[in-house]
Amino acid sequence: MGRFLLKRLGLASITLFLLTIIVFFGAQVLPGNVGRRILGPFADQAAVDNLNHQLGTDQPLLTQYWNWISDFFRGDLGDSLAYHVPVSTLIGNALEHSLKLAAFAFVLVVPLAIFGGVVAALKRDRPTDRVITLTGLSLTVVPEFVTGIMLILIFGLWLGLFPVSADAPDGSSILTQLKYLFLPALTLVILLFGYIARITRAGTIESLDADYTRTAFLKGLPRRMVIRRHVLRNSLLPTIAVVATQTGYLLGGLVVIETLFNYPGMGRLIFTAATQKDFPLLESAVLIVGIVFLVTTLLADVAYSLLNPRIRYAAAE
Amino acid sequence: MSAVQDPAAPIAIPTQPDQAAIARRERLRFLRRSPTFVIGCVLVGMWVICAIFGNAIAPKNPEFPDVLNKLVAPSADHLFGTDRLGRDVLSRVIVGARAVLVIAPLATLLGTLLGTTIGLVTGYFRGFVDEVIMRIVDAVLAIPIIIIALLAVVALGPSRVTLILVIGLVFTPIIAKTVRAAVLGEARLEYVQAARLRNERAPYVLFGEILPNVMGPVVVEFTVRLGYAIFTVATLSFLGFGADPSIPDWGQDISQHYQFISGGVWWPVLFPALAIATLIVGINLIADAIAQSFER
Repeated sequence: MGRFLLKRLGLASITLFLLTIIVFFGAQVLPGNVGRRILGPFADQAAVDNLNHQLGTDQPLLTQYWNWISDFFRGDLGDSLAYHVPVSTLIGNALEHSLKLAAFAFVLVVPLAIFGGVVAALKRDRPTDRVITLTGLSLTVVPEFVTGIMLILIFGLWLGLFPVSADAPDGSSILTQLKYLFLPALTLVILLFGYIARITRAGTIESLDADYTRTAFLKGLPRRMVIRRHVLRNSLLPTIAVVATQTGYLLGGLVVIETLFNYPGMGRLIFTAATQKDFPLLESAVLIVGIVFLVTTLLADVAYSLLNPRIRYAAAE
Repeated sequence: MSAVQDPAAPIAIPTQPDQAAIARRERLRFLRRSPTFVIGCVLVGMWVICAIFGNAIAPKNPEFPDVLNKLVAPSADHLFGTDRLGRDVLSRVIVGARAVLVIAPLATLLGTLLGTTIGLVTGYFRGFVDEVIMRIVDAVLAIPIIIIALLAVVALGPSRVTLILVIGLVFTPIIAKTVRAAVLGEARLEYVQAARLRNERAPYVLFGEILPNVMGPVVVEFTVRLGYAIFTVATLSFLGFGADPSIPDWGQDISQHYQFISGGVWWPVLFPALAIATLIVGINLIADAIAQSFER
């Protein structure tokens, strides 16, 4: 087990290192002259030089990378160019908001999608299965802003059931906050449902086809008990592990959903940083998103292998 | 009888081109009968026709601002209503197909070509290079595609070429991973060993022997990625990073009009949204059917 953990941690740190290079490359190398890119083609050369000096982008690339990365891991993310406040404060607030939205969406989608996937697997290749699978697939592939717009039109405009902006007034009760969060959360639910349901379906079909299930049926156990004790117990664990790795996917969707519903989370922060060419903020925010994804994937991976020794031994080879 | 008379003639190795042809014909028959495939083709075909002949089909000039008729609800004159500048929404939806249907397929093609090549090479040679490339793949996959694309488009400035390159390059590692997995299975098989023993050069083994046998995953991956490319292009233009702000574009039209929803103006938003949804669902229905035809 120790060797397995060590190997996983090693791989994750290599991936993290490459991730920092990609982000650095995107924010400090790709733009060419960062100061010029921020201030535009008509800005005074002296102002551009000044900004480059202030950002440190006039130094050699290796020095730039080292300064950025050592500051980052010491917790100093620099100041935002657009807001003139520390980046860490902005990201802290935004993460909290996004987490609230994501948690609400997960609470709704996980039971729903697992139920859908299990039903589809039990009715394999019959119309019920095709309807669940194709609906899920179709909903998953439509961009979030399209789904979000449809939900706003239906529930906000025509039925008038829910507010179209996600940010509840300050000091409102939990219930009011949830009401404001419902439409953006539902957009995420629609985005994730198809994916989670498909994985549940595949896992359930695999354990339905397994020998132990056939044995259980042949022993004469009632169908309900076989499904609960033998099929689901073996198929739900991998599903939950896969669900845990979906945070990265989720964070991508948040950029659009939070912008559309005007919700002050991580996604909208990245979007505003992008439109305002606020490279220090953009760079740190993107790296944080990547780190959140890597850490959750690692945790899911380890938790899954704790529960399933076969994976552990295969990986330690 | 000539083979018998010439002892030096190569022994005729029984090849099975017929079986491959039969399998192909079987797949085509399956696809023609699959309702998913047919519906997908109808949806996508409709938008392809709009992309090619858009200006001829559109009932009005999509750029013409009729300042006296801004935000007019759908009527006989304007079937889908008019937008905030008085432009005909129906015409803009028809012509708007082109914006997304040029960039997305080219980007997917780029990603598929690069990804397939990398997947073939890494899956066949394994070793150090394989390890390095797979770590890069993991690092790229740790950032959601839309965020990487956003970062790159902000750094380089949005243009058609930037979008194609960025989306193509982001898809490359994902496609490489799929192809690599397929190649790993193939590389152990006897026909690859045989080609090696014949002293065939590596490029021939890769592209002449292995590639035809992993075409299934490659084709499926291409159609699935095409859907995601359209997803990404539409999302970027919704966020204001479209390739060309001057031409009609679904994502951009939506982003310029969703603020009017609370005023009851739904038509300049709903119709482009439906256009994006039908196009992407169509492509994914096709992808699903093709994947099924290979699985059988």
